[in-house]
Amino acid sequence: MRSFFLVLAPVLTLSAFSMPSMAVGADEYNLLIRDHRFEPAEIRVPANKRVSIYVTNEDATPEEFDSSALKVEKVIPGKSKGLVRIGPLVPGRYEFIGEFHADTAKGVVIAE
Amino acid sequence: MLGAAVIVFREVLEAGLIVGIVLAATRGLPDRGAWVGLGIGVGTLGAGVVALFAETISNAFEGAGQELFNASVLGAAVAMLMWHNAWMARHGREMATDMAAVGAAVTAGKRPMTALTVVVGLAVLREGAEVVLFLYGIVAAGTSPWSLFVGGLLGLGAGAAFTILTYYGLLAIPTRYIFTVTTVLIALLAAGMAAQAAQYLYAGGMIETLHRTLWDTSGILPQDGVIGRLLHTLVGYADRPTELQLIVYVATLVAMMALTKLANIRSGTDDGAPTQKAEAPVKTSA
Repeated sequence: MRSFFLVLAPVLTLSAFSMPSMAVGADEYNLLIRDHRFEPAEIRVPANKRVSIYVTNEDATPEEFDSSALKVEKVIPGKSKGLVRIGPLVPGRYEFIGEFHADTAKGVVIAE
Repeated sequence: MLGAAVIVFREVLEAGLIVGIVLAATRGLPDRGAWVGLGIGVGTLGAGVVALFAETISNAFEGAGQELFNASVLGAAVAMLMWHNAWMARHGREMATDMAAVGAAVTAGKRPMTALTVVVGLAVLREGAEVVLFLYGIVAAGTSPWSLFVGGLLGLGAGAAFTILTYYGLLAIPTRYIFTVTTVLIALLAAGMAAQAAQYLYAGGMIETLHRTLWDTSGILPQDGVIGRLLHTLVGYADRPTELQLIVYVATLVAMMALTKLANIRSGTDDGAPTQKAEAPVKTSA
């Protein structure tokens, strides 16, 4: 663990300015955050496959994509885009929320 | 206001549990208050910086920067906790037998404090960054700063109260056992953090294997419930652990035990001074 960190730390510092490449291809989905709600609130994805979800936060405020079912916790700053990788999932429903606005920001991933 | 209080409380609590354990584990060490204070101060500053650069961090590494960052912070904390436990195995015995003797080991005493100061700082940094981002969101949304302030303060106060409760709860344990208890707590804390770090690496795409979920106890003890959250922070409870999480968890525990054993053996052979001190007649106060 320790040597692993020592290797990562400088790499992380050096690459802090690199730009993301976010081409949308197969098994990639888009999700919007607008007025503290997810659009669409329901995403259907293939089961047993790794899936990428590009979350675009159109609000000025940051949001945290949070789901213990999907094992994801990711902050999406305001007016920016973030990549959430999920799966492979067994068929079923997986709920997620925007933790900073949990009363309105709710959604579900359906794996089938 | 209440929303702000709940989120701030949750994050402060997670960092606070770690601070409480560190305080209990370093009982009797000189200047530990200052060291822990330093950790909290630097961690808070760091949280502000991390929140400020949230977007840059997030976009680094083709969108996996945040996962890498979190994994690195957790990994560093695990390394520090391992170091602390190994150190305690070497020098902890004389502390447990006579608290007053610890004062003599001032220079030695500072070593595990630097490690645990880093742990406190990293915990505050990680949880604090979320608080800063969240509070910024409320300000930007136009909620009156007054209610935000009150809510945040309420959450902070409640979180701090829980930290104190953790600390005194641990202090209620008889002196003879406290180092054993905190050593076990720190080992479990480290294992949980390591498993969490591995999960971040998986989420970031750095690890692509061992993703099968082993069991699901979310129906009995959901991880986002009150008790589930506490256990998640303390011992790394996960309601749907993957093979990767379990393997890293067990491996970290085994590594810590091996390291402690090793340190114990070395303290018996090549490290004369502390052993001799332990053999000196001991007066037990309290």
